[in-house]
Amino acid sequence: MIAASKPILDIANLCVSVRGEDGEREVVSDLSLTLARGETLCIAGESGSGKSMTALAIMQLLPQPAARISSGKVHLGDTDLTTLDERRMRRIRGDRIAMIFQEPMTSLNPVLSIGRQLTESIEAHTSLSQGEVRQRAIEALKAVRISEAESRLKQFPHELSGGMRQRVMIAMALALEPDVLIADEPTTALDVTVQGEVLELLRDLQRQHGTSVILITHDMGVVAEMADRVIIMRHGRMVEEGKTADIFSRPQADYTRELLAAVPRIGSGVGRQTSREAEATTASANVAEVKDLHVRFDLHGGFFGRVNRRVHAVEGVSFSIAANETLALVGESGCGKSTTAKALAGLVPYSGGVVIGGRNLSGLGRDERKAVRRDVQMIFQDPYASLDPRMRVGELVAEPLLIHGIASKQERSDRVAALFERVGLSADQMELYPHEFSGGQRQRVCIARALALRPKLIIADESVSALDVSVQARVLDLLKELQREFGVAYLFISHDMAVVENISDRVAVMYLGQIVEMGTRDQVFSNPRHPYTRRLIEAVPVPDPAKRRSRFARLDQEIPSATRRIGEAPLKLALRDVGNGHLVAAEG
Amino acid sequence: MTSPIAPDLTAPGRMPVKPRAGVWRRLVRRRLALLGLMIVAIVVAGAVLAPWLTGYDPNEQMFDGLTIEGSPLPPDAKFWLGTDLLGRDLLTRILYGARTSLIIGIVANGVALFIGTLVGVVAGYFRGWIGSALMRFTDLMMAFPALLLAICLAAVFEPSLWIVAMVIALVNWVQTARVIYTETSSLAEREFIDAERTIGASAPRILFRHILPHLLPTIIVWGTLGISTTVLLEATLSFLGIGVQPPTASWGNIIFENQTYFQAAPWLVFFPGAAILALALAFNLIGDALRDILDPTQRGRA
Repeated sequence: MIAASKPILDIANLCVSVRGEDGEREVVSDLSLTLARGETLCIAGESGSGKSMTALAIMQLLPQPAARISSGKVHLGDTDLTTLDERRMRRIRGDRIAMIFQEPMTSLNPVLSIGRQLTESIEAHTSLSQGEVRQRAIEALKAVRISEAESRLKQFPHELSGGMRQRVMIAMALALEPDVLIADEPTTALDVTVQGEVLELLRDLQRQHGTSVILITHDMGVVAEMADRVIIMRHGRMVEEGKTADIFSRPQADYTRELLAAVPRIGSGVGRQTSREAEATTASANVAEVKDLHVRFDLHGGFFGRVNRRVHAVEGVSFSIAANETLALVGESGCGKSTTAKALAGLVPYSGGVVIGGRNLSGLGRDERKAVRRDVQMIFQDPYASLDPRMRVGELVAEPLLIHGIASKQERSDRVAALFERVGLSADQMELYPHEFSGGQRQRVCIARALALRPKLIIADESVSALDVSVQARVLDLLKELQREFGVAYLFISHDMAVVENISDRVAVMYLGQIVEMGTRDQVFSNPRHPYTRRLIEAVPVPDPAKRRSRFARLDQEIPSATRRIGEAPLKLALRDVGNGHLVAAEG
Repeated sequence: MTSPIAPDLTAPGRMPVKPRAGVWRRLVRRRLALLGLMIVAIVVAGAVLAPWLTGYDPNEQMFDGLTIEGSPLPPDAKFWLGTDLLGRDLLTRILYGARTSLIIGIVANGVALFIGTLVGVVAGYFRGWIGSALMRFTDLMMAFPALLLAICLAAVFEPSLWIVAMVIALVNWVQTARVIYTETSSLAEREFIDAERTIGASAPRILFRHILPHLLPTIIVWGTLGISTTVLLEATLSFLGIGVQPPTASWGNIIFENQTYFQAAPWLVFFPGAAILALALAFNLIGDALRDILDPTQRGRA
């Protein structure tokens, strides 16, 4: 299928430069590539590799006035896009080259119905009558397998789930049957099970229409599933180019090898030789014990603002974590895993029993509660958002010591310096502000901060999800080392099954606020009993083109909502032991 | 793979740590901020040194201060900025008026800013019934005509400069409170505030160490905008006879006394108006520079 003689898109020696504080900097250097008709080309690389800039350069949508194409040509068929003026370029965008972005919520206009947004782009490029435009929009929605397409036209973006919204975006992009579709991280913001569906949809549509696709991604699993050809980029340069199978089996460049080595894989069990057996832990040995935890949020509505609905975010979750142990809580967005973490960290009110270090949190006075707080620390998902940007990192790490009145000023700064060294930063970086660090370094600062009080339990809420794979691997290694050294227990919250398999001792799978399966890592991964667990594991794209699946695991229906009317509490699932402490919910 | 302990040196942000110059030093290094500081210094010096800078009494009506027909004199060698309707030297009145206007612009505005920030921060951070009560009260104050309120307050108290300043403060805090409230409530949702709570930080600590610094840019902008608003509000009050009592000069009442003669004697409105504008602009320039200097994320950017 790559046999077409003349490439549809031909980029020659493209350079993009961005004007910054200290002059112009090249973010894409001397990039040449061709895209054949019907081909899928993946551009893979970590953040800052220039892959998104390349996409924007093709679309002539570089952020103005800072970025510009400094040299090179972008040929679409016979036209050189770099020479076109804005008016003529507008006619090409959407009609011949379409683009879908990462975040389907922000790239749809929240105040316009999806029908309006769909028809708008069709109207802009065709001279069809209103009825025909509508027909075309409905067809486009049907093509992306959206049910009841006609009534969906009236809906607004917030009424649709993330996966649905991304499908609408794809429908919009493909409504005019463009020659080239550029998809910039189209599934990164989506849950794994939904990701599978969207990828499959893209593949099918491409097959039907013969569209050429440029897929930009950081996820080597997605590359393996989708690509005919791969370009690996780093620091704005192409590092390697080749057929997908070749790149994965015989990577030439060192960087490609590193990148592939850093990708967490399910079933490889990197890092831990044997998962420790679920020890027969007595209650006293447990660092944290959670019993029948409920978190519910009341929603006000109706004429008098009375509570009429309730979000059942966490419904009767129980687990325990021993010292030196990592319990992973996995599930998709909205399953209540982060809310569980927040309840444990004291950020949201809850009901049920939480015992930390032998002390029950409820019924404690203010000072006692503050003392218990010392034992539970949290590392958040986004290291950019979880550090106060106006404080120096040294002050931030020293702050917990200061608040709890530990150590004198001099001792404090010594301790902070030691912590910095321990997490792989240098002590003279203490004077810097958070924005002066990279994402991985910032997450190290967060780790140092969490460690400062020598807690018994660290809650890591998606703590490595926002990081590049190579950085992710190093941060995970650091976490493991620290556990060995300090004997701290982790509650590791993640949606990424591969990462979870890499770090956890025990795994609990959450679905709609309840645990549906819990057991040791081996029990859950090699013998998943609950259908939801199985679906989660199957949905993860495998970074190996030889294991490409013809069909992805698909959800039978959308995940139901955790919001319910008052008096309609969800059914509580009973967990059944299927041997050696492997707990599975009965299918309901 | 590199060892996890090896420092992550790939970040572009690494730079040698420079000792940070004090805020004052960095302020005077900026040309526009320096200009602002100089204007403020001139105004303050003029107000303080008024008796020595001018030979006239601000309230003395001079015979040679009016033409034969009784109209004010334009600027000349004797009366540098001309004279007003009653034959008083305008330069002298502006110099003495600076005392009033500075007190109003700095004290009244400062108090208004303080009340507004306090109400806004407390309502925005704690929400709940405290927040609702405070914000409903703010809405009430907003809906109530500010001038009417000022008139009521001024009628209750014996008019004096300080009472006028308090009246202006009590009227002017409302907009600040509203803006600070909105910003605080969005800041309180940010993840680093959650992170502070997980390490056991108390509410006052979060408010003063982590939320207030982020509000500084807004506070500075409202503070500088407030200077001209309050000076003009004082003028309005003077005009209605409830502000600074005549014959005491203030920039505002100089304009109001003379505005009907604007076409015949434009300098009477132009010079005090220019003084208000210059003062407001000066504080704006300083405020702008301060905002950039106090924001660590702006460091090293032009």
